[in-house]
Amino acid sequence: MTVTKYWQAINQALHEEMARDDSVIVIGEDVAAPGGPFAATKGLLESFGPDRVRDTPISEAAIVGAALGAAMAGYRPVVEVMFLDFVTVAMDQVVNQAAKVSYMSAGNFSAPMVIRSICASGRRTGPQHAQNLEAWLAHVPGLKVVWGSTPADAKALLKAAIRDDGPVYVIESLAEWSTRAEVAEGEEIVPIGSAAVRHEGEDLTVVTWGGAAPRVATAVDLVHDVSVEVIDLRTISPWDRETVLGSVRKTGRLLVVHDAVVEFGVGAEIAATVATECFDQLRAPVRRLGAPYAPAPFAPQLEEAYLPHPEAITREITRTVQTVRNAS
Amino acid sequence: MTTTRDARTSIGRDLALDLYQTMMTIRRFETIAGELFAAGRLPGFIHLSIGQEAVAAGVCAALEDTDYITTTHRGHGHCIAKGGRVTEMMGELYGREGGYALGRSGSMHIADNAVGILGANAIVGGGIPMAVGGALAAQLAGHRQVSVSFFGDGAVAEGVAHECLNLATLWKLPIVFVCEHNGYAEMTPVSTHLANPDVTQLAAAYGMNATAVDGNDVAAVLAVSREAVARARNGGGPSFVQARTDRWRGHFEGDPQRYRPREEVQAMTDRDPIAAWRSVLGAEHGVSDDELDSMDDRITAELTSAVEKAEAMPLSDPAGLTRFVYPEASR
Ligand SMILES: Cc1ncc(C[n+]2csc(CCOP(=O)(O)OP(=O)(O)O)c2C)c(N)n1
Ligand SMILES: [Mg+2]
Repeated sequence: MTVTKYWQAINQALHEEMARDDSVIVIGEDVAAPGGPFAATKGLLESFGPDRVRDTPISEAAIVGAALGAAMAGYRPVVEVMFLDFVTVAMDQVVNQAAKVSYMSAGNFSAPMVIRSICASGRRTGPQHAQNLEAWLAHVPGLKVVWGSTPADAKALLKAAIRDDGPVYVIESLAEWSTRAEVAEGEEIVPIGSAAVRHEGEDLTVVTWGGAAPRVATAVDLVHDVSVEVIDLRTISPWDRETVLGSVRKTGRLLVVHDAVVEFGVGAEIAATVATECFDQLRAPVRRLGAPYAPAPFAPQLEEAYLPHPEAITREITRTVQTVRNAS
Repeated sequence: MTTTRDARTSIGRDLALDLYQTMMTIRRFETIAGELFAAGRLPGFIHLSIGQEAVAAGVCAALEDTDYITTTHRGHGHCIAKGGRVTEMMGELYGREGGYALGRSGSMHIADNAVGILGANAIVGGGIPMAVGGALAAQLAGHRQVSVSFFGDGAVAEGVAHECLNLATLWKLPIVFVCEHNGYAEMTPVSTHLANPDVTQLAAAYGMNATAVDGNDVAAVLAVSREAVARARNGGGPSFVQARTDRWRGHFEGDPQRYRPREEVQAMTDRDPIAAWRSVLGAEHGVSDDELDSMDDRITAELTSAVEKAEAMPLSDPAGLTRFVYPEASR
């Protein structure tokens, strides 16, 4: 184990997987000679050469689609689509093409490709650079979606994504870019679809992921009278139902916290599943906390108010455990 | 007072001074914004157009308030040249309630319906189809307005740019595509991102008039813009202008620019569009250095006051977070 920054962990995963498997190639805007707009691909060009590490024009649809074709033809491309917001420009290739290749060919083809994007939420980048679009992606059958909130998970999930035989969307938190934590060198894989229990507790389950996860951790440290179990989903699709349902069966309460707007979000999927599967154990209504139904704002005090901050999370935790069922 | 006129453009003294004022306002606005950003006063990130001022000034001098523009992440200059108000722009950069968009949008999203700024844009290529739409509306309404889209060489690699060139030609829309060609898409040089770096050839292939111009020569930019705008206004359809220019600063403020040698930037400052125009003003229009210096001072004073006003504006009010998600009665 070594203390590593979030972005360096991503960089290590790319180096290790490219060294392990010749079929892994990296393409994207500014990824080769400049080493990545945020340094995630630093040193790859020097280590693996210009055939396997390519700078591209600003052509998201073409490069995601080209990665798909190369994946169908035997490579394992890792495409960087700089900010998550920019994938909208390539949505045909993601939604209509890559996600459906296996299904439409009845398994004759697969698309072992990775798309990586940072989510810049929380960094004052404004309405077209700070969106949390994971629900868009998770809503597409055939596409897996992962989001590591710690350096170790960012690395281990990226490695798992590269080894997966289908398309995986890897979201990375720009807000955590310089966060340091212990990261394993070499083989540490987090299987896609497995959540992490960050904190064990008895009274309430909080499910979170991505950019919200560090703020949930801060919030839980502020709560002393409630025993909170915190689950970091890590994989958004397919999500770890077993871990979440098992936890809610124990605690009887669920709060989902995410940075995306609440409406039509991933939290709704989890809430609905829990409402159905844990009906007998639920002691309080399932709650969701996320951004208001508005685009991500630029001004610091607006973005602070927009994203669930620790105080709002603790308030919601208290509210959920204090709810009592009316006797009937 | 001299009545000397530039042979190519018949630019009179007043217009010559206007062009200078626009360029210098942009230069000072950007310089001040860069300093404020470095001092940690502006949130997020900003992209400056220092070195590219002649394109914004030259093109917009050929336009009326009722004409439309769309621009990019590097759009402060175009907004200023099109008549955007510097105080509200500054307020927006600060993220204040008195900014153009109540501080909710920031540097990359200045828009002003009063002067035809359909919007700057943080998505590369995102503004080009909107300009096509402005041209469509102009054509439908028959008001002889013209639409201009500013975009970079990097945006030419987006499929939507080509879709727009095709559509505008097919429909003979009153639009001028202005490619501000500074040779870079972020840290990637044009040799790596465009198969054919002469974008006029791509545009010409769609059948529209396409001209390359020295984007550091404001008179030359104005000349080609006037021709293109006149063509659009008179029903002659779209035109394409490639203005070769220089991005003096990094892609964004704080960019360490390891991808290019310092000498490259040094050479750019030798092609300073504003210094060149100052000489023309002196030599051909008899404008004295004193006159220009006092104009510079007035510009600086105006921008200093814009900064003071922006700093005095209240912080954006979180209570308004969901306002205008859907249209309300217009402000
Ligand atoms: C769809 C999309 N892809 C990528 C980006 C990131 N990005 C912002 S500016 C830029 C380079 C743009 O180059 P160019 O069009 O030449 O404009 P310049 O910055 O040189 O003015 C890139 C890649 C983006 N904002 N939008
Ligand atoms: Mg450029």
